[in-house]
Amino acid sequence: MGTQKLLQNQGRWKLWEIPLWLLALASPLLLGSHALIINEIAIVALFALSLDLILGFTGIVSLGHAAFFGMGAYSAALFAKLVMPDPLLGLAFGILTATLLGALCSATILRGTDLTRLMVTMGVGLILMELANKLDWLTGGADGLQGVVMGPLLGQFEFDLYGRTSAWYSLTVLLLVFALARRLVNSPFGATLKAIRDNRLRTMAIGIPVNSRLALIYTVAAAVAGTAGALMAQTTGFASLDLFEFHRSADVMLILVVGGVGWLYGGITGAIVFKLMQDALSSITPQYWTFWIGLFLVVLVLVGRDRLIRPWRWFKPGHSGSQS
Amino acid sequence: MLTILFDGIAYGMLLFILSVGLAVTMGLMNFINLAHGAFAMVGGYITVLLMQKMGVPFLLCLPLAFIGSALLGGVLERTLYRPLYHKPHLDQVLFSIGLTFMAVACADYFIGSSQQIVQLPEWLKGRTEIGEGALMLGMGHYRVFIIVVCAALTVGLQYVLTKTRFGSQLRASVDDQRVAAGMGINVNMIFLGTFAVGSGLAGLGGALGAEVLGLEPTFALKYMTYFLIVVAVGGTSSITGPLLAALLLGIADVAGKYYIPKLGGFIVYSLMILILIWRPQGLFVRKGGK
Repeated sequence: MGTQKLLQNQGRWKLWEIPLWLLALASPLLLGSHALIINEIAIVALFALSLDLILGFTGIVSLGHAAFFGMGAYSAALFAKLVMPDPLLGLAFGILTATLLGALCSATILRGTDLTRLMVTMGVGLILMELANKLDWLTGGADGLQGVVMGPLLGQFEFDLYGRTSAWYSLTVLLLVFALARRLVNSPFGATLKAIRDNRLRTMAIGIPVNSRLALIYTVAAAVAGTAGALMAQTTGFASLDLFEFHRSADVMLILVVGGVGWLYGGITGAIVFKLMQDALSSITPQYWTFWIGLFLVVLVLVGRDRLIRPWRWFKPGHSGSQS
Repeated sequence: MLTILFDGIAYGMLLFILSVGLAVTMGLMNFINLAHGAFAMVGGYITVLLMQKMGVPFLLCLPLAFIGSALLGGVLERTLYRPLYHKPHLDQVLFSIGLTFMAVACADYFIGSSQQIVQLPEWLKGRTEIGEGALMLGMGHYRVFIIVVCAALTVGLQYVLTKTRFGSQLRASVDDQRVAAGMGINVNMIFLGTFAVGSGLAGLGGALGAEVLGLEPTFALKYMTYFLIVVAVGGTSSITGPLLAALLLGIADVAGKYYIPKLGGFIVYSLMILILIWRPQGLFVRKGGK
């Protein structure tokens, strides 16, 4: 009984969260001219949230998360182009294909060491990129999939040039998925995930089916990443090989780490910081902003990344970076 | 047929020299170093710049590329890598990705994003053909040169690792750092030296491979995958594992690109995933091995 109460308490919405989300939902109105970047932040936050489910809560290092992002994007775009332009059905289709792919790939992460998992996840992303490149009659190859036109949302709200509808659409989806993810990680199921992260052997020993839990959460994470990808394709009306590229997987990992791993708001915080930083840096040095990102990563690791979200610990000696 | 096999072997040998340093870093220090490709790129650029700007002959450039990247590797090991040996893998991955991003941007900024061309000396340019028909063997002289150099290096490495005092100390440090240190082996120096040599080999590989693989700022990211595949498939416990894996990968890649050009890198990646699902510790690792 006590444990159940504890889990419920952890999962309860705090008082400060409600005005925060209301503010987020109102932001396209308040900052009307920045709706495009708000939309982008919401999508990236969703993507980072998905990585957090496997990296932060389960401890699996993946360098190929862009595979699911790209899968969702391409299927949503193709659905709009070939079947029908309704956004919600397209979103559902994108989620469906990404989920299937995730279920298929979940077999690859169950065995081996961190290195093996890195390689396999990276390999899946690269294979999909090759496929999207070679199947040019379907995907447009290296030129990208152009001419994706979306119908109005719920039959009423047109996607406009200012991106206000897009921003609300993405923010709403983000809020929904966030609520679901929160429910998930604070459930008994989520507790077993954390147990696997902290000590896999012990978890196995007390009778938790580690492999099936890992496979399930990997599939869920793939579905969320697919959602983010589908939103991306729908709101920009475009899908290209860039979606599958290695740097996208690396970026999302950076975003999550900046915001804080194993904390659901980490992805959202990271997305805001990263996007604003990218915006500022690329306006100063358009071509070489990856240098500053790289420098930031190196310094971040040397300082100890768990200190970044706790500034009052920056100058205190002690352990750092012990979580993984 | 034989020509493809030959080219595949040359390519595989090159991959081996490029990635053997990485195998050592991963096996020895348990450090996932994604920045290994950046060291190879440094070697390549040293060669190209020395040849273009100062007219240094190609053969002299190769040892210089080795020394240059070895020095860089040594300095970085002492300053940046060493504090991270006992950090979680996620930290190491982030750190080395950051380093790679910086290297790519630097190369772009200082040298330019265009592909660099290596002017080979005359005697390496030709091509010899033996036999006829399906069994014809066409050997580019440069490919022969690569095979000879890499084979010599492999034999040398194997000798150093198994027969010399340094090799014994290195193997002792791999197996148990604490005991090795207790026996009076200076583990820090051994690691420093090994990391430097590994980076130097990567630089030498980059210099040798600049003509075959193409040298541009994205080199570090593009071939990182290949080095990692070699190490993951070959396992990190011996030097023969990565060698065989590199040869396998080289032949599969060249043959795949020749016979089914539409599929490109698809074959290599699929092969890797299948092998790793089948044997997650690497193809050539004995059961119960490290």
